[in-house]
Amino acid sequence: MLMITCPVCGAEGDETDFHCGGQAHISRPASTDPHNVSDDAQRDYLYIRNNPKGLHREMWMCARGCGKWFHAERDTVTLEFKSYYGITESAPPSSSPNPAASKTTKKKSAGR
Amino acid sequence: MSGQPYRLPANVGSGTTGRILDRSRRIAFSFDGKSLSGHPGDTVASALFANGIRLVGRSFKYHRPRGVIGSGADEPNALISVGESGRHEPNQRATQVELYDGLVSKSQNNWPNLKFDIGQINSKFSRLIPAGFYYKTFMWPQSAWMFYEHFIRNAAGLGTAASEPDPDTYEHMHATCDVLVVGGGVAGLAAAQSAAAAGARVMVVDECARLGGLADSSSGLIESSPQTEWVQSTVSTLAAAENVHLMTRTIAAGHYHHNWCLLLERVTDHDPSLAIQGAPRHRLWKVRANQIVMATGALERPLTFANNDRPGVLLASAARIYVNRYGVSPGRRGVVFTNNDDAYQTALDLTRAGVPLARVVDVRTDPRGELVEEARAAGIEVVTGMAVTNVDTVAAGAKIQSVKVAPYKAGSRIGGREERIECDFVAVSGGWNPAVHLYCHTSGKVKFDEDLQSFKPDRSFDQITPVGAANGTYDLDGLISEASNTGAAVAKKAVGSKVKRSKSDRPLASSPKAGKLEPVWFVPATGALNEGNKHFVDFQNDVTAADLELAAREGYRSVEHIKRYTTLGMATDQGKTSNINALGVLTGALQSAIPQIGTTTFRPPYTPISFGAIAGTNAGNRFLVVRRTPPYEWHCENRADFEPIGQWRRPYCYPKPGDSRHDAINREILSVRNEVGLLDASTLGKIELKGPDAAKLLDRVYTNTFSTLKVGKGRYGLMLNEEGFLMDDGVTVRLADDHFLMHTTSGGADRIAGWLEEWLQTEWSDLKVYVTPVTEQWAQFAIAGPNARNVLENLDGDIDFSADSFEFMSMKVGRLTGYPVRAFRISFSGELSYEIATPSNFGHSLWLALLEAGENHGIQAYGTEALHVLRAEKGFIVVGDESDGTVTPLDLGLGWAVSKKKDDYIGKRSLERAYLAAPKRKQLVGLLTQDPQEVLPDGAYAVAELKDKPPMEMIGQVTSAYWSPTVGRSIAMALIKDGRNRLGDVVDFPLDNGKVVKATIVDPVFYDKEGAKQNV
Ligand SMILES: [Zn+2]
Repeated sequence: MLMITCPVCGAEGDETDFHCGGQAHISRPASTDPHNVSDDAQRDYLYIRNNPKGLHREMWMCARGCGKWFHAERDTVTLEFKSYYGITESAPPSSSPNPAASKTTKKKSAGR
Repeated sequence: MSGQPYRLPANVGSGTTGRILDRSRRIAFSFDGKSLSGHPGDTVASALFANGIRLVGRSFKYHRPRGVIGSGADEPNALISVGESGRHEPNQRATQVELYDGLVSKSQNNWPNLKFDIGQINSKFSRLIPAGFYYKTFMWPQSAWMFYEHFIRNAAGLGTAASEPDPDTYEHMHATCDVLVVGGGVAGLAAAQSAAAAGARVMVVDECARLGGLADSSSGLIESSPQTEWVQSTVSTLAAAENVHLMTRTIAAGHYHHNWCLLLERVTDHDPSLAIQGAPRHRLWKVRANQIVMATGALERPLTFANNDRPGVLLASAARIYVNRYGVSPGRRGVVFTNNDDAYQTALDLTRAGVPLARVVDVRTDPRGELVEEARAAGIEVVTGMAVTNVDTVAAGAKIQSVKVAPYKAGSRIGGREERIECDFVAVSGGWNPAVHLYCHTSGKVKFDEDLQSFKPDRSFDQITPVGAANGTYDLDGLISEASNTGAAVAKKAVGSKVKRSKSDRPLASSPKAGKLEPVWFVPATGALNEGNKHFVDFQNDVTAADLELAAREGYRSVEHIKRYTTLGMATDQGKTSNINALGVLTGALQSAIPQIGTTTFRPPYTPISFGAIAGTNAGNRFLVVRRTPPYEWHCENRADFEPIGQWRRPYCYPKPGDSRHDAINREILSVRNEVGLLDASTLGKIELKGPDAAKLLDRVYTNTFSTLKVGKGRYGLMLNEEGFLMDDGVTVRLADDHFLMHTTSGGADRIAGWLEEWLQTEWSDLKVYVTPVTEQWAQFAIAGPNARNVLENLDGDIDFSADSFEFMSMKVGRLTGYPVRAFRISFSGELSYEIATPSNFGHSLWLALLEAGENHGIQAYGTEALHVLRAEKGFIVVGDESDGTVTPLDLGLGWAVSKKKDDYIGKRSLERAYLAAPKRKQLVGLLTQDPQEVLPDGAYAVAELKDKPPMEMIGQVTSAYWSPTVGRSIAMALIKDGRNRLGDVVDFPLDNGKVVKATIVDPVFYDKEGAKQNV
């Protein structure tokens, strides 16, 4: 049962108070150029996910608190939350993402 | 009431026995209907020993007679049922069930009774029940398994569930602490003491009724006094401390991420009268601890020799615990069989208490520990380099007569002179395993320790620190020092304490220096190998050394596979006694060392916890929140037959006296078709979207266009997920340029609001829109039928309901009989229909006003089933019936609602994927059964070609099927492969019962195809 702190409202709670939205920074190809999205790009966007041993950037939502989405960096081995950052923010450069993730670490188009 | 022939006097020779017993009081209990007596302080196991009852159960597979082996949580054999009627609970460990007056207990796993058990016949055929028996025998044919299963479940089974509802209450508790100490033995108490002294908020939990662990039954002194004295004074200090919470009868069942710990407190099990007075039976504690000190101690392992499962063979530690703590002798004359020094403590304690001991049999050739010397000095006969090789029994294996002892040398066959020693119990010790279970529940890894010949904690990512025996530290002074230092260190981590400690802050202890243990994993039997000579490793699941060797011979290498193949360690005791011994046996079979073989995974719970505790107070009508619509009372008063829709309770239909459901539904449908009906549609999802970009958002989440919608008009929309599949539908109306009201399915309301928020926050944060769910703020009623307009015009108000003024798919805001309303002209029945919404507080009154206004027009309330039939007659879909998460709008023939002009909307790109755009997908069609009276079952499969038996190629399924009173026959909707090109074809629906229903594929609109009725 993970302990999570919402960076938006500051509420601290169990993982059941939050909702995990999975891997973060997956760009939606149709938002950029809806007429030129290859089948492969659409497949990757919908279904291809990293399964890193180590740092993982995720989206979470403060379900029983303020209802806001935010980003978190979590170590999938130790399950430690390394950092929280805003949902429109890019991944922090401080910690190096795992190599597998770098292919798809374009963030969603939000805030660009 | 019989006597207690095996009860020892309180003072015998140099020994004191029955330390915790209140001998001044006798309490009555029963076992398998027999009236027996014990004393306060007894467990069922100790009281059974006192009464001379050794046979307490039958084993799971072979139904061999079994007795008590242990004294605590690790007990694999003595599983009993306790209590009667609703308080009956199976699979209780007799070693942990505290005796109370009137306790009713029963043995398990025997039929027809414990002494004569028909399943023991399995023992005779045990050659036929080897490892993997279930896999090999019962996998095919399936029909045979059905036959065997019936027999097996009857003949065996681990107890029976209570047949009455549980009358007790249970509750959940939530707590936090700086330091959670699991285990209240010497190590746990020492850790708690130093953590508390450093200012931490400390919780100490122990599964037993008393703190102290094995302090009363292990060698060594603290501050030159018996350990129990130090325990007593420490417990009273801790109990008085404000920052310490001591909990007994509490098991730490599981350790989860971020130091979340699940505790089960057994509040009334030792005294059910407390429960009758209102105390909860169990409390489930959810504790978030900054730091955990794991002082869970160690579990003794048995030795593996022929017939080591006979009643009377028990762990050496258990033997002395029964003597010291409960004042009972395990038998008349014993043999101690060991490979380590600790069992000598048993020999000494038994001898002091006057229990005759025939021999200590030690496999080591030259044991030299201090306890060994002490035993010799006490005149105890010790034989070395010898092993117990077999057990001779009488009474069909239920009573030991003697043991065979022969020279033993590790790695070679037993040879030389064999001796028979008369005895009726054998106290065995194969060494001790640190109880690492909790450590391993999350991230903890263990490593093999050569000295202990067991696994001990290695590393963990969690803030859990093992101390004492749980950490493989068995020496008393080392254990106290380790625990004391750890308590202070973790307290410092948790609260940043700066309390200075010196060495003198901990008690000093001394214990006899122990000699080295010699690993013994398997003692071969002497004489002819025959079926009777079973070497048990896992007692609860009846796994023998031979089973493990067979698994290895058959090619299993991974211990996780061997576990599943043989069922080793998979019983309720989770292999507490068997795990290391099994690995030891496998070292021979796999020719590999234990560290290379590895160990299996330890999973929560440490010991089983009750379902009642898991449910807590969330039982009965507190199980689920019930959402009620504003006219709920009226529904109840009018005999509504409710159905649950998510958390909502909606009237399914309103049977009149003498009506069947079917009668009621048909009457309600015909009233809508011929006169007018009133539906409580308040559960319909309602979401308001407000902001300059509201229209833009709608264009992106619906397949069709909303930015072109005029104020006061509504449009039906389809919502897809990004994969292109239909997920919701409904009518959205434009209240103002920047203000829309979205209707969703009843079940989708919360989910869709969350969905919109997610897109707005994570993808389109530039859009300026507020999303506000308002479902519960509005009551909403549908008035449907040819007389609908007349009913509404009967009421005072400022809304013109006339056909010219109030067009189909439009809305008006105004007042109706004094209440503020939003009126919509929409139809889900195909009739002239309005939906009137009013703030929830006015809902009940408006409902009554509508009924009154409709009285002369034949108005009747109708429920959800009539609603469903009405829409099916019109071929309208219901998301979740006609769609199942793999269906696109095109499959449903709703292509008209999918924009071809828009650049983008959720799901658009996926709809273009080849698979979704392919022809001949399953498509929505109507079905008319050849027999018009026959209503197809929902979900019935259509087959391409009818055959005698499966497999047959399936080409689709029924999505909705009803009796339609309007068209006077059965109707159905179905998704059929290439269905739209197959109109007129007859397809077969073979049903479960062997019957085949034939139906013709037709257009899915069965009534008023032109839509004339709703446009009047
Ligand atoms: Zn929040």
